[in-house]
Amino acid sequence: MNNAMELKFRSVSENEAFARVSVAAFVSQIDPNMDELTEIKTVVSEAVTNAVIHGYEEDSNQYIYITCSLTDQTLSILIEDDGIGIDNIDLAKEPLYTSKPELERSGMGFTIMENFMDKVEISSHPGEGTKVKMTKDFQTSKTMCN
Amino acid sequence: MQLQSQFTVVEDVLIVRLDGELDHHSAGRLKIEWQDHLHQEGIKHVILNLDALHFMDSSGLGVVLGRYKEVKQLGGEMIVCSVTPAVKRLFNMSGLFKIVRLESNEDFALSSLGVAS
Repeated sequence: MNNAMELKFRSVSENEAFARVSVAAFVSQIDPNMDELTEIKTVVSEAVTNAVIHGYEEDSNQYIYITCSLTDQTLSILIEDDGIGIDNIDLAKEPLYTSKPELERSGMGFTIMENFMDKVEISSHPGEGTKVKMTKDFQTSKTMCN
Repeated sequence: MQLQSQFTVVEDVLIVRLDGELDHHSAGRLKIEWQDHLHQEGIKHVILNLDALHFMDSSGLGVVLGRYKEVKQLGGEMIVCSVTPAVKRLFNMSGLFKIVRLESNEDFALSSLGVAS
């Protein structure tokens, strides 16, 4: 399996569902189980929501980019925005930390991404946007099925 | 899929049933509706029935946590029931089960609050 796709969409909350369903549809070609599909949908939802709320501070004129690739049984997802960036990545990753408590954010976004994916890399600088690259290997479940 | 929410009052308990997907997009409207129902006269406890909730992310955790704080202000208790394994994982990960009780279904949740269903 060697495949790739790209998405570009406006930074509006309606597109959170669009993004997770689209990535789940792309991933479905390697026959993930229901748990794996839910994990993929959840992490995409987390990263896109972060871009909408934090990266672009709900400015709907901006764009979010998703690049997905499948190489053998490994999925890579890159979610990017050109927003305000993250000042302190270590702090942002801390469970229950949120920069916007007034919006009832739980502060669990990055914790969920790290739990559901094999690898999560965040690169961001203030004023230069944020890139979240996540990978997950589906090898194990395949071997077990065979 | 849109989020449908249904609110039912049994004695001093507000039962909230969610159907669909709870994310940042649907969280805002749910918060307003939930607060409206919660602050009716005589409401003390909340039972959150997630039997038909197909998707939830950390935005959903935020809304539940926000309402938990309000229920606590009322001197009541919040109980979550009929959760799917996926939602259960998120609740466990965030430590929400340390403050919100889990029951297998609505009837058990009601009787644990001393209300006959």
